[in-house]
Amino acid sequence: MTITSSNPEILSELDRPNSYIGKSVPRPNLERLMQGRGLYVSDMELPRMGHVVFLRSPHAHARIAGIDAAAARSMPGVIAVVTGKELAAVITPWVGVLSHLKGLKSAPQHALAIDRVCWQGEAVAAIVATSRAVAEDAAEIVRVDYEELEAVTDMRTALDPATPVIHPALGDNLAFERNLDAGEVDAAFAGSDAVVEADFIFGRHTGVTLEPRSVVADWNAAEARLTIYQGTQAPHMVQNIAALHLGLEESQVRVVCKDVGGSFGIKVHIYADEMATYALSKLLRRPIKFVADRVESFNTDIHARDHRCWGRIGVKRDGSITAFEIDDLTGIGPYSMYPRTSAIEANQVVNLVGGPYVTRNYRARARVVFQNKNVMCQYRAVGHPIACSVTEGLVDLAAAKIGMDPVEIRRRNLIADNAYPCASPSGLRFELLSHHAAINKLMTMMDYDALRSEQATLRSNGIYRGIGIASFIEVTNPSAAFYGVGGAKISSQDGVAIRLDAQGSVICQTSITEQGQGSESLTAQIVGSVLGVSMERVRVILGDTDNTPYGGGTWASRGAGIGGEAALQAAKILRRNILDVAAAILQSSPAELDIADNAIVNAADGASRMELRELARIVYFRPDTLPPGVQPELMATRHFVPREYPFAFTNGVQASWLEVDTDTGFVRLLKHWVVEDCGTLINPQLVDEQIRGGVVQGLGAALFEKCVYDERGQLTNANMADYLVPMSGEMPDIDVGHVVSPTSETELGAKGAGEAGTAGAAAAVANAVNDALRPFGAVITEIPLTPQIILTALGRI
Amino acid sequence: MKAAAFAYARATSVGNALELLKAYGDRAKVLSGGQSLMPAMNLRLISPELIVDIGELAELRGIAVTGSVVRIGALTRHVDLLTSPEIAAHAPLLTEAISHVAHPAIRNRGTLGGSLAHADPASELPACMVALNATIIVRGQDGERRVAAGEFFKGIYETDLSARELLISVELPVAGKHSVHFFHEFARRHGDYAIAGLAAQAMVERDIFTDLRLVFFAVGDRPVLARAATKLVNITITPAVLAAACTALGEELDPQDDQQASAAMRRHLAKVLLARAASALLDRPDLNAGGRA
Repeated sequence: MTITSSNPEILSELDRPNSYIGKSVPRPNLERLMQGRGLYVSDMELPRMGHVVFLRSPHAHARIAGIDAAAARSMPGVIAVVTGKELAAVITPWVGVLSHLKGLKSAPQHALAIDRVCWQGEAVAAIVATSRAVAEDAAEIVRVDYEELEAVTDMRTALDPATPVIHPALGDNLAFERNLDAGEVDAAFAGSDAVVEADFIFGRHTGVTLEPRSVVADWNAAEARLTIYQGTQAPHMVQNIAALHLGLEESQVRVVCKDVGGSFGIKVHIYADEMATYALSKLLRRPIKFVADRVESFNTDIHARDHRCWGRIGVKRDGSITAFEIDDLTGIGPYSMYPRTSAIEANQVVNLVGGPYVTRNYRARARVVFQNKNVMCQYRAVGHPIACSVTEGLVDLAAAKIGMDPVEIRRRNLIADNAYPCASPSGLRFELLSHHAAINKLMTMMDYDALRSEQATLRSNGIYRGIGIASFIEVTNPSAAFYGVGGAKISSQDGVAIRLDAQGSVICQTSITEQGQGSESLTAQIVGSVLGVSMERVRVILGDTDNTPYGGGTWASRGAGIGGEAALQAAKILRRNILDVAAAILQSSPAELDIADNAIVNAADGASRMELRELARIVYFRPDTLPPGVQPELMATRHFVPREYPFAFTNGVQASWLEVDTDTGFVRLLKHWVVEDCGTLINPQLVDEQIRGGVVQGLGAALFEKCVYDERGQLTNANMADYLVPMSGEMPDIDVGHVVSPTSETELGAKGAGEAGTAGAAAAVANAVNDALRPFGAVITEIPLTPQIILTALGRI
Repeated sequence: MKAAAFAYARATSVGNALELLKAYGDRAKVLSGGQSLMPAMNLRLISPELIVDIGELAELRGIAVTGSVVRIGALTRHVDLLTSPEIAAHAPLLTEAISHVAHPAIRNRGTLGGSLAHADPASELPACMVALNATIIVRGQDGERRVAAGEFFKGIYETDLSARELLISVELPVAGKHSVHFFHEFARRHGDYAIAGLAAQAMVERDIFTDLRLVFFAVGDRPVLARAATKLVNITITPAVLAAACTALGEELDPQDDQQASAAMRRHLAKVLLARAASALLDRPDLNAGGRA
């Protein structure tokens, strides 16, 4: 692991003795989780709790002619069998659109299907029983009469006149289309020395969280209040939506989110079965628990990345890229997901293609179509892997065409490190990126020239290894531009409240959430550093709409950059308040005092004046001894949202070194490198873990993961034996290096780090496979790169 | 994903287990390591009325070498085979094969008898039994039967074992002088079901195969003892000889398509395995032509 700070100036509030910023301190929640004392929704038991099992459609598209649940209702232990029509009495349907995605359309979606199912796995009835096992027994004897309808499964023919329209009221199967034309694209291609094009195909895949989606909904009829225990990334969003569709005020809904066994964007959406669980609790006036099993996770957790993207690139002989053009097509299932919509990924692809490069000429079209498959929506690094694979695949094809080294062509086209601020052809604004510093660092880390000569030597011995490079940009720290401006009540601001307790310890409530990223740790590190309090005396409370400030939660790589800045600012206020009181007690002035090691000290010589514990004692129990007019405020709250830039872009570059067995088509990953720039590193180890975890998900996409649907819309590999997640045995060592360009929009300077690994990993692997196969003249632009695809490309089968 | 309700009996003796199996027939299932049975029950692919747990029948567990025979009890776990010095000395093919069976957590519970009785065509141990010329010993109400491994496997999850019989043990001949083995499988990830695999046991004298048993798995409905091997026995292997054997193998195999591989790919990978096996067993790197023959 290599860590470089190319930008050594340190921020004043954080440059303090015993600062935790930039230190790989252990996470405060580690001990609790390692001792098995985590509290996951799956673990929860409440008195009178019923377990719900959803009977799910075996058909991709069918009319529900009738449901006969009489036998199931009379089984011992069965509390209720509820159909879509019955549930609609307590919950209203929704439509997943946002106003800033112009033209996006979708159809009303119900918590349970009412007269028609639109994908295999859509819930048609809820069976509530005293245990999951009893509910599954009962589900087996509920009879549903289906009249099968023609399923729309191939995105390429979804818009054909002969293809049935899934929602006739919408007129066609086109959910969204965006066109962009920047610069002089036709002239640029006409003036190019070479133009290369390719069709890039991306497998549909999903997040596969270790803990499946889980909800316990508890309607307390006496209080007229619903408590939702849920593993969610965005508690306040869930509160808003549950209230809206159950006809409640938000104050009547509390969302509690304790430990979460992985999210990756899977748990930032509103799912019909979760809405049904809230509604069932209200309808049946008792706690209801829903824990998805693995098969229904595959069938109903959002899928992502099912894209086919044609792209072309123009290049001059000197390597300068003249233009990019893409035409992207994606199928999102029968509904646009609620409330973030399913148009965001395609929209991101349009935004991001060509993003690291200087060319101003860029044309793009993206079309998003409906189909009778599971819903697709935002998953870690939304759109980035598509945009990065298309861009970086095209750049490598162009380099090969003109006989230029892949690193050299990038160096000639990446935006210069001193060109900022600037904007992309699609209008993205970049405050400060470091493409060249990153690629320079990468060259050193991987010893590029030595690797190239090793590759040549091995090739002459019949061993085919490849090097793949992928530069990328990454959206982090989103402002209201993502969702708020489109009318979604998804907060882009976050809040932190900090108070000193009566023994001088600190309690910190934050609106960001923790699913393993380290939100709790980074908050405690920032608060501890700014306050001069040791981390073990900072307790962080997250994930409870009754007990934290209002905020967005954790998604789009926003927790550290936005929630962290709110924590910093709140801690600064509390520090000032503490020093005001200390000055009054010590007959000094705040400027002469500081806080270090849990004590008030002299700013000048660091001599200890008073323990914080003693200050708290006086404030809370002997305020009578304070001078007249002094009213201590040992609690402070601050909120933060980026205002200057809609997003804080980060950048980086990845490289893959691998071997292709050209007899069998198997790929062996030998090494992977990432250099990324997320600004200030709060906890380098957590950042590196985020990068590595992200890379592994990208490697899964590159080689293994795919939801395989047949032509009738049946998901045929909804289990852990047939859907291949990346496993440690196949993973290479992943070296991570950093360049540090802090954002000046915040005092903290941190940008997001959670998705960068996923953004570029598959692109690097695909480029490396093509590099390895270059002697055979084979070019593959489809992932996952299965042995079958590679052998076929090699003409071996 | 919860199993349907079932009755459970922990057998106190082989005789007791056989009585229960006689009474329930195919409405009962024998629980050994549970690594295939429990997932299938939780997925409700099967819902047996009675589970006969044979886990406490110590007489079915263990490895013993007597003269030229290795006897392995049906309840012997994968991990015990993997770490057994007797197996490493007398049936090293098995030691090598076991490391490809799933993952340690599964090998800690899974049993030899369970794997053979389950008869997944993609699994390693049935192929090894055929390659090693094993005898499978089964017991029913009427006493014991000895079945050659080559006759035991009948199809996908189908064996010669009746619902009223119990697999007791297997017997293997001790590996002799000049005996060599080869094991390899192609799987997308380590521990996955193989796309194509080969368990090979051979006798090599003066760079010539005097005996060669090539057993392919995951390329048919049961382990396939390749007739093509006869083309490589008692002959000096040249690339042309190997090519002819590969061609014969391709004609002999009738693999299935599935999500991981087409039939053509399986046939191709089987040929690659054949070439690599011949090359490795004879220590002849020049023969490894990647099945291009």
